[in-house]
Amino acid sequence: MRSRDARAPLGLRLAAGAGLLFLWLPLALIFLYAFTTEEKSYAFPPPGLTLEWFAVAWGRDDIWRAIGLSVRVAAISTAMALVLGTLAAAAIHRARFFGREAITLMIILPIALPGVLTGIALRAALSLADLPFSFWTIVVGHATFCVVVVYNNVLARFRRTASSLIEASMDLGADGFQTFRRIVLPSIATALLAGGMLAFALSFDEVIVTTFTAGQQQTLPIWMLTELVRPRQRPVTNVVAVFVIAVTFLPILGAYYLTRDTHDIAGGGK
Amino acid sequence: MSPPRAFVGASMTQTGPVLPAVRFASVSRDFGVVKAVDDVSFEIADGEFFAMLGPSGSGKTTCLRLVAGFDQPTAGEVFILGEPVAGVPPYERDVHTVFQDYALFPHMSVADNVAYGLIFRGVAKAERRRRAGEMLEMVKLAGRADARPSQLSGGQRQRVALARALVDHPKVLLLDEPLGALDLKLREQMQVELKAIQRQVGITFVYVTHDQQEALTMADRIAVFNEGRVEQIGTPAEIYERPASAFVAGFVGTSNILSGDAAFGLTGSPEPIAIRPEKIELLAPGASVGDDRVVVEGTVAGVDFLGALVRYAVVLPGGVELSVVEQNRLGDPAQALARQGRAVRLAWQRAHARPLKGLA
Amino acid sequence: MTAATASLGPPSLARRASTALYRRPVLALALLLMPPVLWLGIVYLGSLFALLVQSFFSIDPFSGLVVHSFTLATYGELFTPANLDIIIRTTVMAAVVTLTTGAIAFPIAYYMARYASPRTKALFYLGVMLPLWSSYLVRVYAWKLILAKEGILTWLFGEAGLTWLLDGILALPVVGGPSLSVSYIGTYVVFVYIWLPYMILPIEAAVERVPISMIEASGDLGAPPGATFRRVILPLAFPGVVAGSIFTFSLTLGDYIIPGIIGASKFFIGQAVYQHQGTAGNIPLAAAFSVVPILVMAGYLSLARRLGAFDAL
Repeated sequence: MRSRDARAPLGLRLAAGAGLLFLWLPLALIFLYAFTTEEKSYAFPPPGLTLEWFAVAWGRDDIWRAIGLSVRVAAISTAMALVLGTLAAAAIHRARFFGREAITLMIILPIALPGVLTGIALRAALSLADLPFSFWTIVVGHATFCVVVVYNNVLARFRRTASSLIEASMDLGADGFQTFRRIVLPSIATALLAGGMLAFALSFDEVIVTTFTAGQQQTLPIWMLTELVRPRQRPVTNVVAVFVIAVTFLPILGAYYLTRDTHDIAGGGK
Repeated sequence: MSPPRAFVGASMTQTGPVLPAVRFASVSRDFGVVKAVDDVSFEIADGEFFAMLGPSGSGKTTCLRLVAGFDQPTAGEVFILGEPVAGVPPYERDVHTVFQDYALFPHMSVADNVAYGLIFRGVAKAERRRRAGEMLEMVKLAGRADARPSQLSGGQRQRVALARALVDHPKVLLLDEPLGALDLKLREQMQVELKAIQRQVGITFVYVTHDQQEALTMADRIAVFNEGRVEQIGTPAEIYERPASAFVAGFVGTSNILSGDAAFGLTGSPEPIAIRPEKIELLAPGASVGDDRVVVEGTVAGVDFLGALVRYAVVLPGGVELSVVEQNRLGDPAQALARQGRAVRLAWQRAHARPLKGLA
Repeated sequence: MTAATASLGPPSLARRASTALYRRPVLALALLLMPPVLWLGIVYLGSLFALLVQSFFSIDPFSGLVVHSFTLATYGELFTPANLDIIIRTTVMAAVVTLTTGAIAFPIAYYMARYASPRTKALFYLGVMLPLWSSYLVRVYAWKLILAKEGILTWLFGEAGLTWLLDGILALPVVGGPSLSVSYIGTYVVFVYIWLPYMILPIEAAVERVPISMIEASGDLGAPPGATFRRVILPLAFPGVVAGSIFTFSLTLGDYIIPGIIGASKFFIGQAVYQHQGTAGNIPLAAAFSVVPILVMAGYLSLARRLGAFDAL
């Protein structure tokens, strides 16, 4: 509903700009702190600038292990979410059936309810079933809330695609599977990519549910949480933080550009 | 432009009696309590241009989809070239569709779109490319083979859709209001071209439209649909000059429809009748008229200048209003407009007043 | 197989399967739905059910083991003064955070929806989305740096000669503390910062949906801009505010990390849940605690629904 000719009042423009700045300044500060020479405290202004902490972080084995675990978990959770989310979106889009709203709610619930709830529910189920923590317990949790991210993207794309394309394909001689491969898949390809990237970023960053399902293992966010509570080398934590920002920015930007022409911007509300 | 390969109507290769291309036998399609198609039976002859005409929701598109295979009847049977097609999916039917929104695959080039159906017939890549090129020549789009659908105009996309549907010589071609999105001039041009292509390839065309002008122009025979039922099937001339019901009389062209009482005053018989505006002659009061005509006196209540035609609303004693249409042979429309308020005499041939069954 | 496709030989297995599914659309739908529904049903709903079941169990005070028999005693424990304290503290914080986020988010969202050019709007969108999706922990950590005693805020106050103001804030009862990063004020600021994008996006969507013709009609009928805002735009944008508040309220109720990193040592609900299920192994009590946010949110959601917020989601 853009006002055609009016320019925003100065106060509004300042407020909007200030708000945006408020969102970004802390991130900029992290970036600055990664270069500080000071090891023990968070002193501002930083006494000096150096690249040495990047080298130190590079040498830390525990960081690399944590990154490796996070990447493996994110990759597998994303793959599972892609399959489950696409199947669900296809079913919901195809037909109106009894229980459709209930299923939609069930898909959204893992992200709608507070993370601590999902976390402790999984923990309670694990203890009831007497299952030990493992790589797969982490993956199970992540896949569950990543489904909705893929589902939203793919469903939005399905809705934008003319149903006559599928009919045309079948009309011309392609059966259901051939139509899926040649017509449907290309039309949702970028939505799948966007959803996958968002799911990866979500999983890579996740800490609330993971602390309940990880046992002794450390994903990168868990590593960072431990460092926050009992810091070893503060600037190294800053370096890792900068690294995490970079790693999650790129998929988000990518997903945004892939779905920018839809009304439902990739992810929208988380 | 090279001539296309010969298209042969399927029935000509059979030794038995000629089969209709499509046959509906007591077909119904219900959606819950709504009867989209209500006990419809008819035949479409092989090689004819058959139009299904009716307002929105009359069931014509549903019938088309039943032939294509996108929908199944809830009662009755559909036959294509004598074979029942119940439960046969669209990809197993030798029938292709031109969709209202063209449904061109956006991620493929024009040539790949046209060649798409040939993939599933096991045709090799080089041969596919060649036949697609032939088809594109026939629809006069030879130069755009590598363009994307998004780069084409509406009329061009429509031709690609047509080429795509014809490239592997289906037995029947279904067209779902294909010209609806085009502007008037383009539409008229495409009507002529479509008719020519149909004659050239000899394939049965089943054409759905709500535009009665289109149906009258293009079709060999027309089926008029209303609320899920077929009200009349016939040639354009039959439909127009001998409408079987009030609906057909009103939907195809315009008609003056006179109820029993009004008709009684004019013809002496209480049967409701329909008379087309162009069949009524506008004369000066007192002009002489032959015995085979019905004559009434009236007053001109309104005059509309329509370019090629002039339309008059004439009120008769008793309040009945008739619409009369005349060719514009006047040099100056002011002459027509000046007739407003004047007394006139109307006359029409008795035979031109069609009796209407089933109308109050 | 018709005459048309006879030349291709008998149909492949895939084609026959496709035709079988085409003739039985219900089966096809069921096959599509089965994997996601089974997964979510068993893994997620099953876990939630297990949690609910556990909340009706209790812990034997002597052995420390969970007693698997139905009792309401664990819920009763929620009403002890200490635990009630936790619940009230969390709810109050959620409310205050929600109000503040709403106030800050509104101008940003309003500007985005109403005045920003397409390029500026895209910039703002990215500007809100990137922090939203980037690492939660990193952003919390950033505030730990900012709020630290030696951090940039203290330095800023010092440079501006306002150190006395900072000390005064820290001296406030209850909400103050030795430093900003160990006080409720700090917790509050960080909550507001982290949830801000969740509030901006729904408000932006709601304001965007107000047709420009309505605003012009209002002006046309003689209303000055302030009145148009109050009487036309605000009521229509309100569902978006309520939608955003659902997020901020719910997220605050359950969070245990922010109060753990930046805050006083008194617990919030999330921390209580975490602590009880941890070394204490008191899963029933943890479960009971986690039911509290659900109940609060259920009440809040039914209120929000009546205010029409669900249309704005």
